[in-house]
Amino acid sequence: MNVLPTPVLLAVDWWALGAVLALSAGILLLLLLEFFPAQARSNRSAIVALLTLAAAGWSVFHVRDAKREIFGGMFVHDGFTVFFTLLFCAAGALAVLLSWDYVKRTRINQAEYYALLLSATAGMIIMAASNDLITIFLGLELMSLALYVLVGFQRHHLESNEAALKYFLLGAFASGFLLYGIALLYGATGTTGLGQMAAVMIDSPMLGNPLFLLGGLLLIIGFGFKVSAVPFHMWTPDAYEGAPTSITAFMSVGAKAAGFAALLRVLMRAMGDVQADWIPILSGLAILTMTVGNITALLQNNLKRMLAYSSIAHAGYVLIAVVAGGRDGAASALFYLAIYAVMNLGAFGVLTLLGREREERVLISDLAGLGFRHPALGIALTLFMISLGGIPPTAGFMAKVYVFSAALNAGLVPLVIIGVLNSVVAIFYYLRVTVALYMEEPQGEPVYVSWATPGVIALIASVVLTLWWGIQANGLLAAAQRSVLGLL
Amino acid sequence: MTEALFIGFAAMLVASSLLVILHRNPVASALFLVLAFCSLAGIYLLFHAEFIGMVQIIVYAGAIMVLFLFVIMYLNLQRDEEGGVHIALRRGLGWVAGTVVLAEGVFMLARRWAPGPLTPEVPGEAAGNTQQLGMLLFSRYLFPFEVTSLVLLVAIIGVVVIAKGRSTAGSGTRPAPGEDG
Amino acid sequence: MREYLPVLMFLAVAIAFAAGTIGLSSIIVPRRSNARKMSAYECGVEPVGNARARFSVKFYLVAVLFILFDIEAVFLYPWAVTFRQLGLVGLIEMMVFIVILLIGYLYLLKKRALEWD
Repeated sequence: MNVLPTPVLLAVDWWALGAVLALSAGILLLLLLEFFPAQARSNRSAIVALLTLAAAGWSVFHVRDAKREIFGGMFVHDGFTVFFTLLFCAAGALAVLLSWDYVKRTRINQAEYYALLLSATAGMIIMAASNDLITIFLGLELMSLALYVLVGFQRHHLESNEAALKYFLLGAFASGFLLYGIALLYGATGTTGLGQMAAVMIDSPMLGNPLFLLGGLLLIIGFGFKVSAVPFHMWTPDAYEGAPTSITAFMSVGAKAAGFAALLRVLMRAMGDVQADWIPILSGLAILTMTVGNITALLQNNLKRMLAYSSIAHAGYVLIAVVAGGRDGAASALFYLAIYAVMNLGAFGVLTLLGREREERVLISDLAGLGFRHPALGIALTLFMISLGGIPPTAGFMAKVYVFSAALNAGLVPLVIIGVLNSVVAIFYYLRVTVALYMEEPQGEPVYVSWATPGVIALIASVVLTLWWGIQANGLLAAAQRSVLGLL
Repeated sequence: MTEALFIGFAAMLVASSLLVILHRNPVASALFLVLAFCSLAGIYLLFHAEFIGMVQIIVYAGAIMVLFLFVIMYLNLQRDEEGGVHIALRRGLGWVAGTVVLAEGVFMLARRWAPGPLTPEVPGEAAGNTQQLGMLLFSRYLFPFEVTSLVLLVAIIGVVVIAKGRSTAGSGTRPAPGEDG
Repeated sequence: MREYLPVLMFLAVAIAFAAGTIGLSSIIVPRRSNARKMSAYECGVEPVGNARARFSVKFYLVAVLFILFDIEAVFLYPWAVTFRQLGLVGLIEMMVFIVILLIGYLYLLKKRALEWD
């Protein structure tokens, strides 16, 4: 028998692992609390979830400047991890606030709902922090399994069932592609570690190795599903429409950011020197994703579907940043994802307030006249639409500016031109919402707004950040640039 | 001796796999899949991969096939009576996928695309590499191992949510649609 | 190869036993069939319809939970064979794994997921 290292209780820096530990503890606590029945309208689970997310974010913020590779480099704690962990915890916290009243109103089982939300967050963090394809896959599965169930949470709701089934089947397919890609990459390089993979490639270039190329391609397809890039986007509109709105908000932001985090780390850590191979593929994906997303969004009457196609289009803009690569490209991708998270959570957040009890009022025509009856809500939704459309002085504008300038610096002129044209198209459907808010007469019963303090707090936070980063984006941009240093 | 056993297991694997896709009775297909898993386990054993071989039997032939059979019984599939363009298209796709995978295997062997594992641990020739696997699992691969328990936990919660629905409210489960049989 | 000899012998005995009993009974069985013999036995009734009745979806819940805990059990084997080398550290590592799933099990009990209704 070979000599193997006897395991020590690994000199683990527990702080660096703090976020995952806190989330796991939160999940277990939520399950154990089920033994002490609470009243149906109790806020207990939501409070536990919120505190857990706060603890997770704080623990990682506490050691934000440290750089650690724990478990032999399987879990990396660096600027990149810190940035995404904070992003996921913030998105999770906003989602909890938006869910607070919504899950009670729609009679969703609370403990399981929040436990799965925390699990999905933990999966996202593991995806962003992994330096090994095995852990990336496990993180992705942890996130996806939780999201499949969350999408289908309203079990007696036909659309919710259909959405979950479609999401699950296509997601399982995507996981299969990803796993097969990992197997091929392991076959070609003999390792699943991203760092070792890069080291192998210095000795023996992989440029011509078909096994390696096929593996990389399958990996891109797998992540493409998760970030809903065209042509792997088919599940997106149905899943977003059928899911509880608070979950749509969370997954449209979190799953996308997690997919991009893993994609960025794999591309930049392990595949740096085959860049020439993946640039044409990713450019094609970016163009398709933007164009199909924006043009299909023009045709939608349901706000959730429209925002689903809009989220596809936004994945296209982030792909431009990924293609641009390097420090600027990666930093602008992080910058874009953070801003997109805030404005998209805000837009879906407004939708969670519409309707009473279990009714869903998410057609664009339902918004008619809402801007006059509830001015604050109208202004907030208008702001999010302007920001998603990329019009100054909002954060969405800054995000697009930095992505396009990074792409220009990398010499990707055609991509930038297509991106700008797409942004112009996008303005039409975002403005349609504003037109409905202020210039249309309501038909039938006007939509009821279920005001709830936690949801309003989340909306105020989103509004403030959308405006603040629109005016003063340097802090966030500097943070994004610092975060990607570890990747290069 | 080893060659003879390998040929025996491999022939059984190929034959039972073919029967899985060619047999018209879904229950029989599922049972042939059990046989295929068992022959695969035999091949793993010949490669001294005892743990994988055992997992193949306990998890795949044991647990997962039970699930397959339950699903077949639940859907009450009788015979593969579907026809027309749909099934032809799926068959075509199956042939294409199969050919691609076969070609990949041939190329991988013929052109030496895959150099083999980078890690120095060669599976022990002596019986007992489950031990080596255990040492690795609990040291280098500790993090994925613990994350696995979280994944299983999420699956447990998910099963309860989807199959049990709102039983917590004290109302008991509602009968699922189509549960009359 | 030698250490697998018991496995092979076991396999051979199992196959021989199954094939032997079926084969033998088909050889020595007396075949004198008549109409009365083929009819349902005294206390039985004539079968109606298909024997393959549709299963209740409850089986599905049980089957999935079986898989999940089966996978948990599989991880115990590599731990068991390295228990001495791993010592206390291994015990703690495994306990973390088991406690997480134990809480899942308690949750199942609380939700009455293991009861037939």
